[in-house]
Amino acid sequence: MTTSRIDARFAKLKAENRAGFVPFVMTGDPSREEALEILKGLPEAGADIIEVGLAFSDPMAEGPPVQRAAQRGLKAGMTLRGTMDLVAEFRKTDQDTPVILMGYLNPVESYGYARFAKEAAEAGIDGLISVDCPPEEAADLAAAMDAEQLSLIRLATPTSDDARLEVIARGTSGFIYYVSVAGVTGVKEAQAASVAPAVARVRKATGLPVAVGFGIKTPERAAEIARVSDAVVVGSALVDEVAAALEAGEPAVPRVLAKVRTLSDAVRNARN
Amino acid sequence: MNAPLKNTYAWPDEQGRFGPYGGRFVPETLMPLIHELDAAYKAAKADPSFQEELDGYLKYYVGRESPLYHAERLTEHFGGARVWLKREDLNHTGAHKINNCMGQILLARRMGKTRIIAETGAGQHGVASATVCARFGLPCTVYMGAVDVERQQPNVFRMKLLGAEVSAVTAGAATLKDAMNEAMRDWVTNVEDTYYIIGTAAGPAPYPEMVRDFQSVIGKEIKAQSLAQMGHLPNAVVACIGGGSNAIGAMHPFVNDESVRLIGVEAAGHGLDVDNGHAASLKGGRPGVLHGNRTYLLQDADGQILEGHSISAGLDYPGIGPEHAWLNDLGRGEYRSTTDDEALDAFQMISKLEGIIPALEPSHALARAGEIAREVGKGGDIVVVLSGRGDKDIFTVAKHLGVEL
Repeated sequence: MTTSRIDARFAKLKAENRAGFVPFVMTGDPSREEALEILKGLPEAGADIIEVGLAFSDPMAEGPPVQRAAQRGLKAGMTLRGTMDLVAEFRKTDQDTPVILMGYLNPVESYGYARFAKEAAEAGIDGLISVDCPPEEAADLAAAMDAEQLSLIRLATPTSDDARLEVIARGTSGFIYYVSVAGVTGVKEAQAASVAPAVARVRKATGLPVAVGFGIKTPERAAEIARVSDAVVVGSALVDEVAAALEAGEPAVPRVLAKVRTLSDAVRNARN
Repeated sequence: MNAPLKNTYAWPDEQGRFGPYGGRFVPETLMPLIHELDAAYKAAKADPSFQEELDGYLKYYVGRESPLYHAERLTEHFGGARVWLKREDLNHTGAHKINNCMGQILLARRMGKTRIIAETGAGQHGVASATVCARFGLPCTVYMGAVDVERQQPNVFRMKLLGAEVSAVTAGAATLKDAMNEAMRDWVTNVEDTYYIIGTAAGPAPYPEMVRDFQSVIGKEIKAQSLAQMGHLPNAVVACIGGGSNAIGAMHPFVNDESVRLIGVEAAGHGLDVDNGHAASLKGGRPGVLHGNRTYLLQDADGQILEGHSISAGLDYPGIGPEHAWLNDLGRGEYRSTTDDEALDAFQMISKLEGIIPALEPSHALARAGEIAREVGKGGDIVVVLSGRGDKDIFTVAKHLGVEL
């Protein structure tokens, strides 16, 4: 049931001949209330799938923007359970937009894989991206997710050769997240010229839709990537809007949603 | 006579696991590199010319072997077993860290890597990394928490003299764990040309095994020296633990020698009962995943990593090498802890009784030596690893003693 929310969304995108837009927002950033308001506003602002960042104290694949966002989320008192509650509240207003949690393994391991999967399914969460849990270490987590029909989304990267893609594709579902640059989030810029052949390779090896993220900041770049992939993920540029709003003493919610609108419009119209 | 050897211990397994611990928990970008490193290390380990080259540098550049010194006045003071000090403080750069750095830089060269990164807490591993990079003409960036940069100024200057770039990390609590995060971020960004010299027996496989192997020169020497100088194996080997590289290097060659007690000493900081006031992952933490491996960690109920505390920058780490986690669970290793105050007392006592100023890290092990010597009793022998010299710590100690330098 829940996995089909992702499948249904990609089927719809295919029918509309366009790439999806996937905003990444950090849990509890800048506060629980505002984060919930942002979540609720995302579908209307053009989000096709939503990634919610799980705050972690030691996010080793994140650049400074997402590191700071995680710190704000933790400061706002967010926990794994708190994030699931947030999504459960969002689900009261939207039953169709897939929600994927993205974060690091330790809070999930600390919570217990089976307990996490069960409660995540109940909260209306559709999948998990665990940045530091490669396929080699994922057997127990994957089994727990499978039992609740949740997707454990895998990552592919510029360092993944064909043999590696086979390992990544094994037993995964939903979509593949292609990390477009070797590096941390929000620093290097993705290049459409190198992303296009990589996406084609990942699609062929896995048979799944491919979302591209890391290093996409502007509407122009998002549109370029949208022409060669199934979905475009933007994270750092959005959490930076929260940071800028805080600095300027402005409300964060409208600022983030306005940015989402600009980016999603660019993605939506990219193939016209 | 010692009990017959039981050669049953052969960890890690193919997945780089020590029982449930260890493994490879890194971002996907790094996985191909981790596998490449694993293959390169296995090939080097099987190549006699690699070991020969390493032995040469250890002898003529590092100054091995290091003495096993009978600390007579300490023995008399404790009134128990004879106490021996394994003098890793006499190595070039003043600590055991260079054993591992020399091994890893030779491997990096073999792999054709042209840039080195490292993390450091007390600065000893940073200095050792900068040293081998200078020796082999490779550029070196050392990540160091801004707080540690402040409390270990002499080592920061040493690294700079050696030509390394010291990058002060302000993220998080700005200590060792944050420096390790930052080094990982560098590595994931510069995958093609960069080799990451991890300084302790932790991180993704093959690091725990590789660092252990390079540090095992300590335990192998202790073994040979004990047989020559005591006429038998020691009753106990004692070492301090942050990540645990000097301890695992000293212990591992004895792991199948049942008669030898293997005792690791964690940093109890302000006390194990003080929330977030210690760095004793085994005795005050629980298993989790951080920095590429599953091991015991200091963490809160939500799985967020705690900073921990120790007077010693080299022990101030919220995790522990996965092999120690496994030896703890197996009961093969005994793990104890020493508070800041006990370490400061031991620091001064060893200085006065033996004319050796130890680093604050091994002062934690030395603080437990008295009780262990008495447990073992007269006629027995215990070896304490003196993993580094204390020159770098005199400012910290002076401050705690209220002395203005």
